[in-house]
Amino acid sequence: MAATVTNTMFGFLRTYVMLAVAGSAAALGGQAAGYDAPRLVTYVWAGQGLIGVVLLWGWTDLADRIRSGDVVTDLLRPVHPVLGYLLPDLGRAAYALLTRFTVPIAVGALAFDMYVPRRAATYPLFAVSVLLALLVCFAGRFLANAAAYWLLDSRGVLMTWAVCAGVLGGLYFPIRFLPDWAAAALYFGTPFPSLLQVPLDVLVERDPPLSQLGLLGLQAGWAVLLLWGCVAVQRRAERRLVVQGG
Amino acid sequence: MAEPSAAPAAAPAAADRTVPVAAGGVADASTSTAAIYRALLRAQVRAQASYRASFVLDLASNVIFLGADLLTVLVLFHQVPALAGFTLAESLLVFGLAALGFALADLAVGNIERMKQHVRTGLLDAVLIRPLGVLSQLLVLDLGVRRVGRVITSTAVLAVAAYQAGVRPTPANLLLLVVTPLVGAVFFSSVFVATATVAFWWVESGELSAALTYGGRDFTSYPMTVYGGWFRHLLAFGLGFGLVAYYPALILLDRPDPIGAPAWLGWCGPLLALIAAGLAALVWRTGVRHYRSTGS
Repeated sequence: MAATVTNTMFGFLRTYVMLAVAGSAAALGGQAAGYDAPRLVTYVWAGQGLIGVVLLWGWTDLADRIRSGDVVTDLLRPVHPVLGYLLPDLGRAAYALLTRFTVPIAVGALAFDMYVPRRAATYPLFAVSVLLALLVCFAGRFLANAAAYWLLDSRGVLMTWAVCAGVLGGLYFPIRFLPDWAAAALYFGTPFPSLLQVPLDVLVERDPPLSQLGLLGLQAGWAVLLLWGCVAVQRRAERRLVVQGG
Repeated sequence: MAEPSAAPAAAPAAADRTVPVAAGGVADASTSTAAIYRALLRAQVRAQASYRASFVLDLASNVIFLGADLLTVLVLFHQVPALAGFTLAESLLVFGLAALGFALADLAVGNIERMKQHVRTGLLDAVLIRPLGVLSQLLVLDLGVRRVGRVITSTAVLAVAAYQAGVRPTPANLLLLVVTPLVGAVFFSSVFVATATVAFWWVESGELSAALTYGGRDFTSYPMTVYGGWFRHLLAFGLGFGLVAYYPALILLDRPDPIGAPAWLGWCGPLLALIAAGLAALVWRTGVRHYRSTGS
């Protein structure tokens, strides 16, 4: 509940800034990187809602358990540790979809003129995109947490993840605002745009249907790659895990 | 954006262990209160710096947080030449004033947002029974040394912005350039302390205070003409955030307020800081006096 208040506050702040950008662009007879004002409003508010669904930051469960040594009990369970963290996260996300996603959308719709998707296909595509974003985000969080296997104090790594996920993920500004070469480098070189930017672009129909599918493919690629990375890192960590204390 | 308070709390535990040593010094008549604080502070800095690699990353990421906000402004201006009537240099001046004020407050009292952990873990109870000021102990026990980088960087941003925006170096302008970040520091510190006090009554209060502190910072980072309607009025005049950066910046830029407020408003910052600090102190005292520890 309290987090929703924060998301709503930032929804207002970012919407006004984006509307100022759209206003300036319109005065010059153009659009800001292909987004008109209603699209930017939807972009901001859906983005505020998605933070809680994909859980962009604030997840330190694994790092805490590594630090305390509790992580060894994860190895005793008959479920693979990665899956053992992923499944509860999916449940959490489903709940967040009902609570933390709907409120900002409702507030945004009441206070501003929002863009509503025109193509029916966009809705299922958005749903799939959010699921893929959640997988990518989970894997990223897991990997950032797993740094604690080697560093013990993973605060710096977690903070770096938080900054990159926000800025390069499209929360602060749409990545499409960047020059094309920089945007392309981020999309193909990093998993960050797959966290927020891609689902939001799908939702506001920034691109034609075929490109929407291409974006989903990109997300799927990152999800597979990062989840594989989680399994590999976990295997490596288990091989050299030394539990401290006595 | 709300900076995630994801950080596992290594520092308080480490710092707490050093306390009996320092507190033992109270019995020694030659040890002054200042010496105790110095010892606490030293222990705190050592504790934070002990995981060297992580500390450096932490320091860097605090600069990156500021860089992220700065990058956002630059990227927006990459799209359009002006934002609600303000050029990039003018907008950056507002940004710089707000950023430095916030960075100073964050360095001094930013960690007070961990109040909810202090209540939950009982550190607050430990602090309360010591014969030292409660707030000052909490601040020293939990000083965000790693936030120094942010102060330095935002000072640089402000200097460059003032130069680029063509602020004339008159005595009045120079005075305003020094006073405004200090006003911002006191004001943001008051918001930090006042909202953290809510944790006395409601342990899960962190997000609410984030909405006001970080939301306030983001609000002050852009010229107020960007915002609209009741939202602008509430934050700028209702809560006073307008005096933190925007109105002083208008004086520095030597331009009238497009919204129509009188120019002298830019000089009212110190008065606002005084009121804010007074209110925060009142809320804090009320909180401490009525604190009843946690149940279990």
